[in-house]
Amino acid sequence: MGQVVLKGINKFFDSVHAVNDVNLQIRDKEFMVFVGPSGCGKTTTLRMIAGLEAISSGDISIDGNVVNELAPMDRDIAMVFQNYALYPHMSVYDNMAFGLKMRKFEKREIDKRVLEAADILGIRELLTRRPRQLSGGQRQRVALGRAIVRHPRVFLFDEPLSNLDAKLRVQMRVELKRLHLRLGTTAIYVTHDQVEAMTLGDRVVVMKDGMVQQVGEPLELYNQPANKFVAGFIGSPAMNFTAVTVTEANGSLIAENSGLRIKLPDETAQRLRGHIGREVMLGVRPEDLTVAGSADLGHPCFDAVIEVVEQLGSEILLDMKVGESIMVASVEPTARVRVGDKLRVAMRPSRLHVFDAQTEAAI
Amino acid sequence: MAISAVSDTTLREAPPPRRHRLLEDERWLAFVLLVPTIVLLGMFIAYPFIRGILLSVTSSRVGMPGDFVGLANFYKIFNDGIFRTSVYNTFLYTGVTTVFKLALGLWLAMLLNRNFRGKAFTRAFILLPFIIPTVLSTFAWKWMFDPTFSVLNWLLYHLGLITGRINWLGDPDLAMISIIIVNIWRGVPFFAISLLAGLQTISPELNEAAAIDGAKPWQRFWHITWPLLLPVTMVVMLFSVIQTFADFQIVYVMTGGGPANATHLFATYAYQIGIGTGLLSEGAAISLAMFPVLFLVVIIQLLYIRRVEVR
Repeated sequence: MGQVVLKGINKFFDSVHAVNDVNLQIRDKEFMVFVGPSGCGKTTTLRMIAGLEAISSGDISIDGNVVNELAPMDRDIAMVFQNYALYPHMSVYDNMAFGLKMRKFEKREIDKRVLEAADILGIRELLTRRPRQLSGGQRQRVALGRAIVRHPRVFLFDEPLSNLDAKLRVQMRVELKRLHLRLGTTAIYVTHDQVEAMTLGDRVVVMKDGMVQQVGEPLELYNQPANKFVAGFIGSPAMNFTAVTVTEANGSLIAENSGLRIKLPDETAQRLRGHIGREVMLGVRPEDLTVAGSADLGHPCFDAVIEVVEQLGSEILLDMKVGESIMVASVEPTARVRVGDKLRVAMRPSRLHVFDAQTEAAI
Repeated sequence: MAISAVSDTTLREAPPPRRHRLLEDERWLAFVLLVPTIVLLGMFIAYPFIRGILLSVTSSRVGMPGDFVGLANFYKIFNDGIFRTSVYNTFLYTGVTTVFKLALGLWLAMLLNRNFRGKAFTRAFILLPFIIPTVLSTFAWKWMFDPTFSVLNWLLYHLGLITGRINWLGDPDLAMISIIIVNIWRGVPFFAISLLAGLQTISPELNEAAAIDGAKPWQRFWHITWPLLLPVTMVVMLFSVIQTFADFQIVYVMTGGGPANATHLFATYAYQIGIGTGLLSEGAAISLAMFPVLFLVVIIQLLYIRRVEVR
């Protein structure tokens, strides 16, 4: 079992409110990712679950037992640190065995578990080496091994891949996913990388300024962001935002600003009935913009001038000037576009997002 | 074209002045750069050392060059009761103070390594005994141990722990204890600050990882902090042992080697014989008797440090 429940968790560092009333239920066997920009409180939350940081108020329980006052070692958790935190004076074997030795496991059992973990991670031939004789990826595996041998109820990961180079990071990401599927242990994973969050998480918690912005499955966050922050944070390249005024003409709703004037599709218009005459934030993802063609007849369109063309091979990113704002579109690699071109750009009507201009909540 | 090409090559091939050419040669340059150090080391370390050896095998006194006498001086001091006392004292003094300085210094360093209000101020404050000139602070201590004016006696008396005066520096054992206390007082800051610097190089994450791994506080100290601090500890010990072994100021000011030569160390006894009494060659022999011991300490510790660092 490994169910973690956070109830009204707060953390103050002097006058800084680092974690603000976090309520979460992490299910058994779930891979839960905390994601957010630096200083959003995700690592502090993780450290409070680990018991490395005291809770200012609230309750943390694991499998129904409140663990607020329990020392880290009594919580039956294992943690993988950002810098691996391997004991430099011990061999790989001893690093992995340390937790078991401290818990007075029998030598035979320690041996069995360490070798088993080493096989899973493919580091059996490294067991006699010391951490500094290892590459970054190998150290990462040893740190994972140290967590695995303990068979804890919950794994805690604090940005474990952020010190690896890009290629290795992708590779380890897949391995982590595979490892989780194999072990089935509840995992709580902190990262600032939304790609890691999307690919690894069964569910994702987006945090900002110590507050939970949204909790949901990756696609839920992508398709139905709760507010402008989540919309902008999830997805790469980021969602385009432009402030528009909503007006009514001939029974339809029109959104307009200095660069565009579009007729809102019915479904969006329904939601904006109460906002006529007011300003709202219109959001559209780069992948939901296309160079307007015959297929886009009836879709909302606007004019744009191409300022930068970024060839990525699998797609082309166009930085376009729309009135006074800049928008990014991700278009087919076959599109023939050049800097300075004037384009007619179409929006996929079902993919429009609107946010309240003041509260930034999704409408 | 042809002309300019020719003049180019001539320019390039024109030999630089001889002086410059020598400095281009790395061996020569290295030698030139080393000269000041060699001169200084030679003048202030090698020459006095060799002079000391030469002096110790003669019968020189102040004002008398003396003759070669072989190892007679060494033979004499080894049969000298006071010399043997000073050897014993020096080992006792070094051993006891080093243990206490390490224990107290480590304890202080661990306390200072925590987060608390006024941390920077306390760290600076801790250094005071180390900063004050030893002779001055030792004079202050001498007053505190003075049989008549002793603030220690006053304190103990008013606390009801003693009924009469304790003659701290008049009793051989108490005098030894007194100088040991002063040396510990003076040496702890050096240990504390150096070990603190060492502690700060140990990532707090290691202790956190060990805490999660199930290590209790003293296990974390024993399995993580202590082994990682060991290289720094050994270097600090090395410095301290050498300094303490050859200590002079504290004993000279506090007891002058007394009462009845009971607290002499190598250095103070060498000074008393060599300068005080004028028996230069004998004093040199006493000083030199320290050398093999110190040499051995340095070798052992350096080897150990190397082994620890290689791990």
